Amino acid sequence: MTTIVTDNCKNCRFTDCVTVCPVACFHYDDEMLYIDPDTCIDCSACIPECPVQAIFEGDDIPEDQEHWVEINAEKSAALPVCEEQMEPLPGAEERKAALGF
Amino acid sequence: MANLGTQENPLLVAIVGSGPSGFYAAEALIKSDINVKVDVLERLPSPYGLVRSGVAPDHQKLKQVIALYQKTAESPDFNLIANVNVGTDISIEELCQSHHAVIITSGAETDRKLGVPGEDLNGSYTATEFVGWYNGHPDYRNREFDLSHDVAVIIGQGNVAADVSRILSKTVDELKHTDIAQHALDVLAESKIKEIHVIGRRGPAQAKFTPKELREFGELADCNSVVRAEDLILNPESETELQEKSNIASKKIYDQFCEFSKREIDIGKSKNCFFQFLMGPKELIGSTKLEKIILEKNQLSGEAFKQSARGTEETIELEAGILFRSIGYRGVPIANIPFNDSWGTIPNEKGRITDNNGSNIPQLYTAGWIKRGPSGIIGTNRACSVETVECLLEDIAKLDSETNKAGAKAIYTILDRKNIRHICYDDWKKIDKKEIERGKLKGKPREKYTYIDEMLSELK
Repeated sequence: MTTIVTDNCKNCRFTDCVTVCPVACFHYDDEMLYIDPDTCIDCSACIPECPVQAIFEGDDIPEDQEHWVEINAEKSAALPVCEEQMEPLPGAEERKAALGF
Repeated sequence: MANLGTQENPLLVAIVGSGPSGFYAAEALIKSDINVKVDVLERLPSPYGLVRSGVAPDHQKLKQVIALYQKTAESPDFNLIANVNVGTDISIEELCQSHHAVIITSGAETDRKLGVPGEDLNGSYTATEFVGWYNGHPDYRNREFDLSHDVAVIIGQGNVAADVSRILSKTVDELKHTDIAQHALDVLAESKIKEIHVIGRRGPAQAKFTPKELREFGELADCNSVVRAEDLILNPESETELQEKSNIASKKIYDQFCEFSKREIDIGKSKNCFFQFLMGPKELIGSTKLEKIILEKNQLSGEAFKQSARGTEETIELEAGILFRSIGYRGVPIANIPFNDSWGTIPNEKGRITDNNGSNIPQLYTAGWIKRGPSGIIGTNRACSVETVECLLEDIAKLDSETNKAGAKAIYTILDRKNIRHICYDDWKKIDKKEIERGKLKGKPREKYTYIDEMLSELK
């Protein structure tokens, strides 16, 4: 089982997920968040928190998002941990609306 | 005297309870930019609260969260004082004298009651007792559960209900390599239960399982998960609820029920787990012990997302030898701390404990389930504890920085005077190591000590 952040987070980065992560496994860059698969315990607490439903676990990962498994692992290894909630990126609300949420 | 929170005058905080909220509060304090010394008091010799004694034994990955707590515990500013009962061995007043602030993170230790006749019959139990028993909690070590009947009933459709039902549904082979307590595995091996009924008062669109927990019921080695198709017909309000995009978890749960309803029952499997909806217990009947349950059918009323269940007076009978209620936890009051009896929580404002007039009581804070009620999962407590610690640090100028506080030393003096055996984190590490060694022999992650004396004797 792996839990990953996918497409919808890009240019939103709401970080609501970070506040409920029991193990601080979210990492970030200027665009979005990534989950460190070695730290994540697959508790799925973050999944319902995401306002744009960008987080998926194991069996629920849509086929066209599967490439994110590798990206999450690679990116998280090199990026800083997101310890607490940050301001969403500029334009996040518009993007959320455009995504239909 | 130097300002509070400096190296010469560190902020001394006592935390009552070493579950997730206690550890997240300790972590937030230690990671803050002020100097702190944190003393965490724990009633049992073992730390980690419900991560150790609540999280199901077949969910080992969730228990890896302990690695993070261990990191906090290794900090020189962290000190564990375990096997100490706050309220009897030491009072909150004494902690307020020895420390600048006290954070109560004692959790929700008891269950909500059904409030129906026969509830206290032999054979009617709380999920808490059963969960504590199979997880080796010393309080529940000597509970006896008679699993010699065909039918078990679980009232409630949240994740604790799912855990209890799943443990009853699994085979010994599915459990023997988990850290389930040996005494529980021995009793479960002799279980005669063939039918497990998981009963929710509202409908399939309102069940509170997480999708992942429910999915596990589709993968049981020797148990069918059964839902009747006619029970999945929704009222228009529930349809509306499931169409709402943000309600994706309920949609996934409903879809999983639909999938179960289409499955052929595998008659090769020896158990069946039935998910049933829109019913609540009206009465438990039995002469000396539980024999049958009168269930009242419910209907939903109210608008979408605010639907509540109401009894219809139509009843059915279900013969059952054992019942577990799992309809929510409740906190228990602590001596001289305000308590909201209807919620089972300590009244507070963002974690600052308040008195009957709503005014903050100096020095006293709370976090976790005893602060906000028993909702959310492990990680939810992190945000909750962070909020409390932020308030505490905002108040630092108001805390008494002049009186000389003795911190842990004062606690030890009181405990030693009363001859109370207290154990530290290094002591716990020895017990932990022994448990892991014991487990290894059986191919288990650990074999827990289930009596307090057993744990303490490892330290001699």
